Amino acid sequence: MSTEMFLLIIGMAIATYITRMPGLVFFNGVNVSPRLEGILKNVPYAALGALIFPGALFIHDNMLFGIVGIVSAFIISFLGGSLIVVVLGSIAILTLLSFTPFFG
Amino acid sequence: MQASSTSPAEQTFSLGLKEGISVALGYFPAAVTFGFLAQTTGLTSLEAVMMSLLVFTGAAQFMALSLLSIGTGALEIIFTTFILNIRHFLMSASLNEKAERDHPLKKAGYAFGLTDEVFAVTSTKEGTVTTSYIYGVFLISYASWVMNTGVGYAIGGFLPETIQQSMTFALYALFIALLAPSLKKHRKVFFLAAVAAVLNSLFSLFMQEGWSIILATLLSACAIEYMEPTKKQPS
Repeated sequence: MSTEMFLLIIGMAIATYITRMPGLVFFNGVNVSPRLEGILKNVPYAALGALIFPGALFIHDNMLFGIVGIVSAFIISFLGGSLIVVVLGSIAILTLLSFTPFFG
Repeated sequence: MQASSTSPAEQTFSLGLKEGISVALGYFPAAVTFGFLAQTTGLTSLEAVMMSLLVFTGAAQFMALSLLSIGTGALEIIFTTFILNIRHFLMSASLNEKAERDHPLKKAGYAFGLTDEVFAVTSTKEGTVTTSYIYGVFLISYASWVMNTGVGYAIGGFLPETIQQSMTFALYALFIALLAPSLKKHRKVFFLAAVAAVLNSLFSLFMQEGWSIILATLLSACAIEYMEPTKKQPS
């Protein structure tokens, strides 16, 4: 391994870790205001919305691919499927449809 | 099985491993692709696996490969990694509100594994989430990410393209599966996700992905918090 590549990987590791550690270590035992607490508790659901859209629509040249995936995953979830069932089920549907001319 | 309704006593390390399987599975195609692209970019297998082992961040690792292939310098790649990961400041502070109080060193340990997906699985648990559970989700996801980087380096090009393509949807399916149960229970969750989704779609037109996600998430979380008339949380 070249020294430059080694230093690059170490640098990337530090740049990543310093974004993940402070919130958990330095906020430990700190009392936050109810307002801030409310905002922080909202973050997971807001983040999920932003992580799904618009990214899921653009993973295939044909936007239908993402739309079918999203609809399948929501339907399987609403029917009570566990995490793994939703993941495998929507992949199975997309794979089957890929063998047809559906996604062009 | 309803993944999000277990009491702290039931949130063992092995439950974390079990519920982390969906993340591990979702990482399979991403890590295999990363390993394969790392090979075509000219990294050695040691470099590819070491990057997954020490950095453990999907988007930034892919970005690093594309920047390396156009000859970008190390400092710029490191800075872009930081920008792409800035959202984790917010996510770790958010998880901290739900996480079991514990020794800072233990929390510093699992902080390393706080990817979007590990955050999504752990932070959507109802009530307090235990340290053991978080370690379970983190370690099985991490193992999958590192090992499948190696697998991808070795065999990536040989997977049938149809399956590779469908599996790129795995992580989105995981996010939807995490969102849907709460969506049914709390109307507020729908607004939080929908506002963030719309904002991120707008911002991503003219902003880098990392900034766009953090700004959309933060604005949605604040707006919904301030619009809520009573201070009742869907705990």
